[in-house]
Amino acid sequence: MAILVGENTRLLVQGLGRDGSFQANRTREYGTNMVAAVHPGRDGTKFEDEVPYFSTVAKAVEETGANTGVIFVPAPFAMDAIIEQVDAGLELVVCITEGVPVLDMVKVMQYIKDKPTRLIGSNCPGVLSPASKAKVGIVPGNIVQPGNVGVVSRSGTLTYEAIAQLVQHGMGQSTCVGIGGDPVHGTTFTDVLELFQADDETEAIVLIGEIGGIREQLAADYIKEHVTKPVVAAIAGSSAPAGKRMGHAGAIITGKAALASEKNKALEAAGVHVVESPALIGAKMKEVLG
Amino acid sequence: MNIHEYQAKEILDKFGVPTPHAEVASTPAEAKEIASRIGGRVVVKAQVHAGGRGKVGGVKLVDSPEEAEKVAASLIGTRLVTKQTGANGVPVDKVMIAETLDIKDELYLSIVIDGDVGAPVVMASTEGGMEIEEVAESTPEKIFRVAGDPLIGLTTYHARDIALALEVPAKAVRATTKLITDVYNVFIENDCSLVEINPLVITEDDQVIALDAKINVEDDALFRHPDLAKLRDPNQQDPLEQRADKADLAYVKLEGGRVGCMVNGAGLAMATMDITKAAGADPANFLDIGGSADQDRIEEAFKIIIDDDDVEMILVNLFAGIARSDIVAQGIVAAAKETNATVPMVVAMRGTNAEEGIKILADSGLNITGAPDLAGAAVVLKEKLLELGGSN
Repeated sequence: MAILVGENTRLLVQGLGRDGSFQANRTREYGTNMVAAVHPGRDGTKFEDEVPYFSTVAKAVEETGANTGVIFVPAPFAMDAIIEQVDAGLELVVCITEGVPVLDMVKVMQYIKDKPTRLIGSNCPGVLSPASKAKVGIVPGNIVQPGNVGVVSRSGTLTYEAIAQLVQHGMGQSTCVGIGGDPVHGTTFTDVLELFQADDETEAIVLIGEIGGIREQLAADYIKEHVTKPVVAAIAGSSAPAGKRMGHAGAIITGKAALASEKNKALEAAGVHVVESPALIGAKMKEVLG
Repeated sequence: MNIHEYQAKEILDKFGVPTPHAEVASTPAEAKEIASRIGGRVVVKAQVHAGGRGKVGGVKLVDSPEEAEKVAASLIGTRLVTKQTGANGVPVDKVMIAETLDIKDELYLSIVIDGDVGAPVVMASTEGGMEIEEVAESTPEKIFRVAGDPLIGLTTYHARDIALALEVPAKAVRATTKLITDVYNVFIENDCSLVEINPLVITEDDQVIALDAKINVEDDALFRHPDLAKLRDPNQQDPLEQRADKADLAYVKLEGGRVGCMVNGAGLAMATMDITKAAGADPANFLDIGGSADQDRIEEAFKIIIDDDDVEMILVNLFAGIARSDIVAQGIVAAAKETNATVPMVVAMRGTNAEEGIKILADSGLNITGAPDLAGAAVVLKEKLLELGGSN
């Protein structure tokens, strides 16, 4: 089954500039069903001679039945793109764009509160379910392998790292979800944990957090109450100093709860297998699953 | 982005927030002139992007224009070392001369984005003048919090609630309510990541005044605030961080580390710092080269690491998705050859074109030891550190 994306994914890609086009091609090569491209002014033409272009998301959805959107537009226009996709009724919207102003995301989150659309990101690598060849985002298709471990992470490259370690130890993935490194973001750890817990294909979960915020603690609370599947977790940034932003806008220690050590403590208390270094995720999962 | 106190004051003035009469001076003569214009007792404040300046002589009370001139002369052109700066400190290019007030009470007011709430949150406390982290730690019940609504803003009744929680005199409630609303507008309209008024003071005649102000503007929103972008003062930044900014690299210099880190992706960069620490050496920096770095940017990244005098070894950890390993390898080799770098390197390279990248490095004749992955890099790094000797 996997979560969020699968055989039924009909993908719309918005923002086909250099990076968007590159990623759209990787997505199609991987085998994902890309049905529409949205880029102003290219109406009536086709992306790579095959996928129809539209100037608006609403029109694209109407004509192609797209149900999932991915956004590559530049940061100043990302809020608008998200709202356009939400208004067009897409079930899942994934915003890859990095550097979206926080106050834009604050407004977006308020706007979509009572809408049926699920948002992932901004500033995230997206979602990939290997068994159904559904890739919505930038997770490289050549590093994953179908299997039963769900991966959820705030970081892109650290997600790839965890996937590589799992594969190295002979374990594939049900779905990999990057929720993004911005302080205000759509789908949270807790949301993804709920989906993994309910998913038949997922037997165990890897959770990769980092310094900043309290979302890992909220995840720990949720795991304690609701998650029966084994969880292996790592928190990046134990060596980071307080008050300095470590690349991601959300990765900054501004209070005690933001520390890696506090997050580890909360996860351990929830029965999570916490590894002290993200280098040990694969080995620990192997040990846990036997 | 940090801005100076005098610049923050100008923004507050524009939004109608009462601040003390103050002006900025670049020379001792200007300081004297301003002090005589303000008259009486004034305070001379070094303009630096670092807290803790009061404890190291960066803020001084003086009783005459001549004294103001003397203090300004002792500050301008020097470097101030506070607990928030590195050992090199930060340069004092300007001082602010401000009137002194008869203060009855010191309060605290700030606004930040709370990512977990998903809204700007106003924090207020009767414990003004103290660091809010300390108040949060010792007496968290003394911090009053109210979230603004993302679409409506901060309602007047919320602002009044905060004013009442601050226990201001009855006569000052209305002015405080307005001040809180205005400060909230400063935050929203300038895309701030922080506005902190500490202390917010009540004077003997029950005026409410923002005595000190700290404003940070969110870097990601500067594209829509060209006027604010001009307020950047690169002199206040670490010189290596300044170069990284120019090259569009996410780089943070870490005090006293020995191992320079070069990584793609923020999470992986943090993880790489963590394994460095676990291997027994402090990381010298955080560096995320980003996904689409070309060879020039890689070369500059390498040179920034090399130009850090603390760096004795370099750990490169690349998991290329969008990035290309061969381009990264070419950049490293070109920069190392140009700078005649002999520093030992440990390199893990995976993902797009990793084999080509590894071959380029192996053929380069540089002092490089390969590692298979993150765990492997930790092991190799530890061995190499033992060979190198020395300690943290």
